[in-house]
Amino acid sequence: MESSLRLRTTERAIEGGLFLAAFSSVAITVAIVVILVSESIGFFRHVPLIDFLTDTQWTPLFADAHFGILPLLSGTLVITGIAMAVALPLGTIAAIYLSEYAPHTVREVVKPILELLSAVPTVVFGYFALLFVTPLLQKWIPTLSGFNMLSAGLVIGIMILPYVSSLIEDAMRAVPMRIREGSYAMGATRLQTALRVVVPSAFSGVAAAFILGISRALGETMVVAVAAGMQPNLTANPLQPAETITAYIVQVTLGDAPHGSIGYQTIFAAGLVLFCITLGFNIAGYWLRQRYRESF
Amino acid sequence: MLLRRRKMWDASFAIAGLLALACGLITLLALLVDMAGDGIPRLSWAFLTNFPSRLPEGAGILSAWVGTTLVMLVTAAAAVPLGVAAGIYLEEYAPRNWLTALIEINIANLAGVPSIIYGLMALGLLVYRLQLGQRILTAGLTLALLILPMVIIATREALRTIPSYIREAAAAIGATKWQTVRDHLVPYSLGGTLTGVILGLSRAIGETAPLITIGALTFIAFLPQPPLQPTFPFLSLQWLWDGFTVMPIQMFNWVSRPQAGFHANAAAAGLVLMGMTLAMNGLAIYIRYRFRKRIHW
Repeated sequence: MESSLRLRTTERAIEGGLFLAAFSSVAITVAIVVILVSESIGFFRHVPLIDFLTDTQWTPLFADAHFGILPLLSGTLVITGIAMAVALPLGTIAAIYLSEYAPHTVREVVKPILELLSAVPTVVFGYFALLFVTPLLQKWIPTLSGFNMLSAGLVIGIMILPYVSSLIEDAMRAVPMRIREGSYAMGATRLQTALRVVVPSAFSGVAAAFILGISRALGETMVVAVAAGMQPNLTANPLQPAETITAYIVQVTLGDAPHGSIGYQTIFAAGLVLFCITLGFNIAGYWLRQRYRESF
Repeated sequence: MLLRRRKMWDASFAIAGLLALACGLITLLALLVDMAGDGIPRLSWAFLTNFPSRLPEGAGILSAWVGTTLVMLVTAAAAVPLGVAAGIYLEEYAPRNWLTALIEINIANLAGVPSIIYGLMALGLLVYRLQLGQRILTAGLTLALLILPMVIIATREALRTIPSYIREAAAAIGATKWQTVRDHLVPYSLGGTLTGVILGLSRAIGETAPLITIGALTFIAFLPQPPLQPTFPFLSLQWLWDGFTVMPIQMFNWVSRPQAGFHANAAAAGLVLMGMTLAMNGLAIYIRYRFRKRIHW
């Protein structure tokens, strides 16, 4: 009798311990939000929010200090745009091919190799962008500067290609076979079936893949820190150097930013902006993925 | 006529698909060839056993690879127990209620948070609030938080492949839930969990941004104190409190210098780093294959 009581107590204790482990993930999110907000409060006391959002210069460490996030945002958005211009079409085509066309053996060989591409450390991609892609592009575009957004964006696009294409492929493979068979029975080709039947059926999954891909590109750090140069630059011209939010954080922490200084506070303010943007994309992506999972 | 046009489109899309895949594969190949061309001449025993230096020819990655190894030890020690426990709870214990839903959404979201944000959180929380400073311990914990979602997801997927009759059989002979988990589910899911853990660590090994953010040094010409001591008690944890650098940071440092000699060093360090990552990925694939072959449901 007593031993069964002890057994039950142990069970309860273990369940409690396991719950705490699972709940610790929530604690991490809370910690992220609390730290980002509390460390940037000092910044927003110093800089009005309206200046932060509308000033067109970002020179926090200069004597004539300006705190406008726009140059960092424009760098982030231009590079993400270039990356998406590569990753979305290529990822979609590759996913349609792998899911609707490729024989089993091709898929078994190609997918692990593509996964290797996403296993390459990002700093290695940075090296590749700076010392291989930029010199190569300069042969065609002589005005391209040594640090530029174009090659960083292109390399990020290739880097997240496997991620985007495998998310899209998952969504397409969740479409039941009978729907395809219906289309083939009507005499449709594979391409017609893929574009007019499978992709529309898997639409929310494909959209989720796009959104999660964008979020991944927005947060990419090392490629831009190495290859895009580290100077805030409010321009949409991809041939010029620029700085992203992530590269700015790297730049400041590489130097000396004492705890509580304005330099230290700016990285949390910039990080807060980045976190809010990616959080929005992640939640939208999660919601869309849940939807396609439930639809069949 | 119409039919032939449609078939032509169909066939040309197959070619487009192959080209899209080729883009990824050619990039991977170009990257490997380019880095091997620049880096192989610099690879030597001295490169692995020298400290970094002002002169590119004499510089090496000793402090970097030792730092990476020690940081990975801390990361694994922190992320594996926590992640596996969380995975077991969510898959085997969790009731279907709002709290579980919250935890699940949260984990999906955490997996998408940019790694540099983890670095900022660790800088504010671990380095300054908890006064841990910029040490190996802090770096290991930061990367552990980063790969925690991966470990949790891998554990859950491994548990999900175990058929429910195993659980029913254990319950039928009077085993408690924990006994079932400990004696059956954990051993049977070990292959999948281990694969996920290694893939998580192979991601952590290449992470640069969060460690720069917490203030890893880029130039270190000393080693942390050795974990093994000649005198009693032989094991020392003093290294947890030492400053450090890691492989990707060393590479970043070299690639951001203008001299070509340092770029060659960066390529060589990149090759060693890629070798580590690919070896871990290969190990993960091998383990998955071995366990799949051994278990027949």
